[in-house]
Amino acid sequence: MSSQNPIWALISTFGLMSLFAVGGAAAAVPEMHRIAVDVHHWMTEKQFADAYAIAQLSPGPNVLIVTLIGYAVAGIPGALAATLAMCLPTALLAYGVARLLNRPSQSHWPALIQAALVPLSIGLMAASALILAQAIDRSIAALLLTATIAVIASVSRVNPLWPLLAGGLLGFAGIV
Amino acid sequence: MSTDSAPAAQESDHPAFHVPPPGLIALFLAFGRMSLAGFGGVLVFARHAIVDQHRWMTADEFNETFALCHFLPGPNIVNLSMVFGSRLRGIAGGVAAFTGLLLPPTLIMTVLAIIYTRFGDAEVLRRSLAGISCAAVGLLIAVVFRMMAPLLKRMDVVVLIMMLGVFTAIGVFRWPLQAVLLIAIPFSIAATYVMRRKAAA
Repeated sequence: MSSQNPIWALISTFGLMSLFAVGGAAAAVPEMHRIAVDVHHWMTEKQFADAYAIAQLSPGPNVLIVTLIGYAVAGIPGALAATLAMCLPTALLAYGVARLLNRPSQSHWPALIQAALVPLSIGLMAASALILAQAIDRSIAALLLTATIAVIASVSRVNPLWPLLAGGLLGFAGIV
Repeated sequence: MSTDSAPAAQESDHPAFHVPPPGLIALFLAFGRMSLAGFGGVLVFARHAIVDQHRWMTADEFNETFALCHFLPGPNIVNLSMVFGSRLRGIAGGVAAFTGLLLPPTLIMTVLAIIYTRFGDAEVLRRSLAGISCAAVGLLIAVVFRMMAPLLKRMDVVVLIMMLGVFTAIGVFRWPLQAVLLIAIPFSIAATYVMRRKAAA
């Protein structure tokens, strides 16, 4: 509903978000949901959940859910703008920091900061899981499927592709 | 952008530890390949390709590089491509790896987005996607548990409170990410600093 250029809205939104996305793409999912569904109404709850599923199912970094959000907002230019805005600024930042740290001077601060960020990033990922589960698991069967796969994948080293495929088949059959 | 130009080359199984740095096209192709293999995340495939297959880095070098990319903001594996590529071949190498990692899956995603927009209302596709969503969330929960395991084992109260606090603020109260992190990051760094001081004393 904004009067401004949607491409610019995508670039500023995801460019800014990426700079705060410590802990990777999964940690940023709640914020993407809040902005795309609650704030800008770019997508419905259902569309967002579908986009997450497509991003998980397809190859490549899972951060590419932003490609789908960008496409929903402004077509192919939107998809490219959102992807670059989410990925390029932080990659350049990482490049710069890596060059700085490669200089010999040793400090204990990098290790300390990293240790401090670990619980925060895991907390964020847990929040992502809760928010997505609330959006998706609307039936007992769906909840059971999620719980079963969570348990199986926690205790075994199953290739992630198989649970996804099984979910797709169960959905196709109309069971969940 | 299709499958033309130089053959992939160097599927090297050299026993040597010092393999000459790859060219830009080899970097682009290697990252494109690991990206397309990476269903549900690229990290496992990236480590396999860089350390085991091509021997461009030792296991320790890879761990250090990834740790750096993990604590910087942004998608970890994307950061890794830029840092890794530039370490071998300067900024051009960084761009080659970055592009290789992102271009092929972005094209696939765009095609999927077009298909979804055309046929997203088809009942069968909706149902299948709903099932996949349930499975994807199950996988995410499993990853979170795996990452949590070492923290739970150590039973460090401050760490667990930080984790629970962020989970509650974002997951239950749905507060904005920036505001929560702006408070949680300095607090966590200060707490970690104090704890280490105590441990050292």
